[in-house]
Amino acid sequence: MTAYVHIESVGMTFKTKRGPFVALRDIDLSVTKGEFIALIGHSGCGKSTLLNLVAGLIDATTGVMLCAGREIAGPGPERAVVFQNHSLLPWLSCFDNVHLAVERVFGGAESRADLKRRTHEALALVGLAHAEHKMPHEVSGGMKQRVGIARALAVQPKVLLLDEPFGALDALTRARLQDELMKIVQGAGSTVLMVTHDVDEAVLLADRIVMMTNGPAATIGEVLKIELPRPRDRVELNGNAQYHHYRTAVLEFLYRRQAHVEQAA
Amino acid sequence: MPATLAAVASMSELTNPPVPHVQAANAAQAGEEETRESADRAVAYLAAELRRERVRAALLAIVPPILGIALFVAIWGVVSMSAPQLPSPAKTWTSALQVFSDPFYRKGPNDQGIGWNVLMSLSRVGIGFGLAALVGIPLGFVLGRFAFANAMASPIISLLRPVSPLAWLPIGLMVFKAANPAAIWVIFISSIWPMVINTAVGVQRVPQDYLNVARVLNLSEWKVMTRILFPAVLPYMLTGVRLAIGVAWLVIVAAEMLTGGVGIGFWVWDEWNNLNVEHIIIAIFVVGIVGLLLEQLLLLVARRFNYT
Repeated sequence: MTAYVHIESVGMTFKTKRGPFVALRDIDLSVTKGEFIALIGHSGCGKSTLLNLVAGLIDATTGVMLCAGREIAGPGPERAVVFQNHSLLPWLSCFDNVHLAVERVFGGAESRADLKRRTHEALALVGLAHAEHKMPHEVSGGMKQRVGIARALAVQPKVLLLDEPFGALDALTRARLQDELMKIVQGAGSTVLMVTHDVDEAVLLADRIVMMTNGPAATIGEVLKIELPRPRDRVELNGNAQYHHYRTAVLEFLYRRQAHVEQAA
Repeated sequence: MPATLAAVASMSELTNPPVPHVQAANAAQAGEEETRESADRAVAYLAAELRRERVRAALLAIVPPILGIALFVAIWGVVSMSAPQLPSPAKTWTSALQVFSDPFYRKGPNDQGIGWNVLMSLSRVGIGFGLAALVGIPLGFVLGRFAFANAMASPIISLLRPVSPLAWLPIGLMVFKAANPAAIWVIFISSIWPMVINTAVGVQRVPQDYLNVARVLNLSEWKVMTRILFPAVLPYMLTGVRLAIGVAWLVIVAAEMLTGGVGIGFWVWDEWNNLNVEHIIIAIFVVGIVGLLLEQLLLLVARRFNYT
């Protein structure tokens, strides 16, 4: 198995008015193709910073990052991001939001009709074919987040980066979107990096859970391999001893060994 | 059997009270007339209540402004009784009817109807303001996008912005050697600042999330401009435009008083020279109403581009 996303001794230091702030240090992580990685940790542990580094939105202070054998230098659509707050452009309809991405990536090679077809397909994949001509403010929070996912998937990224995509949603909508995401990712064989602070979400979705220590100067504390068979069903898993074992392991890490988050923050 | 049916009927009545067709379905079995009547009564009562509520809201919207205007006119009337040089509301009204009976007459260069005066003023404001928008909005984009340019321009803007618009008039007269372009120049210089500043602030406040979307997609500069920057800045820009129009309309009266020619400001000055105070009061109302209309028009446009 070769690494598809390769992160080697990466560190991130921000310059602030009160001097340098070390957010991340010594991050080493290799992700194989088609793997689903969940990054979990308390707030302020730099998990979103790590995701932004892979996205190329910020540049690492030290270390090397590769994606599909090429160095990550700046953002690009092959590493599509689903932002926490959906980040849809409010003046474009759901369709146009996705189309903007599709047009950028496939516009050079494909006809207008093909671009439209791709956009339709992406929206249909997240179950929004009926609402594609609505404006973002006309649809619910869950639907907005699904448009965000459609926008990311529509460009057929090498890596899908999810930054707490369901954090702002109610529990029922979140569960439904998690199930949908699981199906979509499995169908497409996507490589996924997902930031979350939800233990259940991490265990349910991930192949490996990367647990981060508290910031500042956070790093990877532990990596837990989740060997639950797929497709996974949240109701069945509830009676699965292995599932509870994984859950306990993550909870133990977060609340026993990395408990003092207030002090650190 | 009938007892259970009645129980079911009363149960459903409890759970969904005044929906007429549910009641109608039940009515087939139990006390037909009564149920339907009570349902009709409930519907009629609700409809009447709704109507009363609407009338109340409408009255609350209309009555206070009317009372306010009435009080204003009353105070004006009382003051005019004790100060005979101030025309009374009634006298002003008759005079206004006369003025507006023929708003577009022309009896020479300095004696034209009020319609022409207002239109001339509006056209000066339009030209001056339009030129200011042409210069100010792109300038605002540049200042908002490039911190260096902003740092260069901000001392000059801070220095020039608080200067009274009329202080620019002599410079206009000197450069253009004519009254009309000088008046337009004053409008230009006084209405450009709100547009520059608001556009620049709007560009600076484009949410980072939107720019991140652009960066992740590697959008071209043109797409960033047309699909992200321009729509995101538009509400700020329109606020600037609205403020600028307000300032321009404020300034035009003063500018025209000084430059002369046809225009509402000159009209006020001319009527002062004729000691026709009624016309001055009419002009004040006309200026106010036109300003109000301009403001409302731009608010309407702004609402169209409010995305939330």
